[in-house]
Amino acid sequence: MKLLYFAWVRTRVGIGEETVDPPASVVDVASLLDWLRTRSPGHAEALKDPKLVRVAVNQEFAKPDRRLAAGDEVAIFPPVTGG
Amino acid sequence: MIRVQREDFDVAAELAALSGGRTDIGGVVSFVGLVRDMAGGAAIGAMTLEHYPGMTEKQLAAIEAEALGRWPLAATLIIHRYGRLEPGERIVMVATASAHRDAAFDSCRFLIDWLKTKAPFWKLEDTDAGAHWVAADARDDQAAARWIEEKPSEHR
Repeated sequence: MKLLYFAWVRTRVGIGEETVDPPASVVDVASLLDWLRTRSPGHAEALKDPKLVRVAVNQEFAKPDRRLAAGDEVAIFPPVTGG
Repeated sequence: MIRVQREDFDVAAELAALSGGRTDIGGVVSFVGLVRDMAGGAAIGAMTLEHYPGMTEKQLAAIEAEALGRWPLAATLIIHRYGRLEPGERIVMVATASAHRDAAFDSCRFLIDWLKTKAPFWKLEDTDAGAHWVAADARDDQAAARWIEEKPSEHR
């Protein structure tokens, strides 16, 4: 599973992307975030309040109950501020 | 048409291209967003726009398709820049062309309102107090939400 981080999520995690092989407990977006918080202090800091981040799966916005598959591209980022 | 680019654009040339060679267009409406030199009382030295390549284009195309489904438009254009920009520089341009002005005005406003809450861009501001990521503005969410319920104006 490919993970992408943007804006302050990226700077807090410390990297822009990584490839992970999550455990079987990771079935959806919410459980992915729970697992990611255990990976490093940076992940924990970036993802401590899931309400502050937005998630896209395969480049579409996704809710916490969105199911995940091994080949998914999952991006985690703050609410967008373009325009 | 969607363009996501680092370089600047020429507003007059873009508008001319949008309606060039066509005689069915009665009005063109455009919005151009610029970098301000102040934000929340702090002076801005520069702004860096980060985006999510791939998803950005998909989201902008979806927003454009939504506008084309809601209004009778002859042409649409969205240009959004990324990278480092200084005060006064252009960030974004949205333009819509239609046979009549109501559709052009309403759809242009719709495009910029939805773009601000749905396209994956993030602004990092350099101020005299340091660099910080711009927080999402609830007013932008309200502006976008109004198009969820509001029906397009009557067009003649």
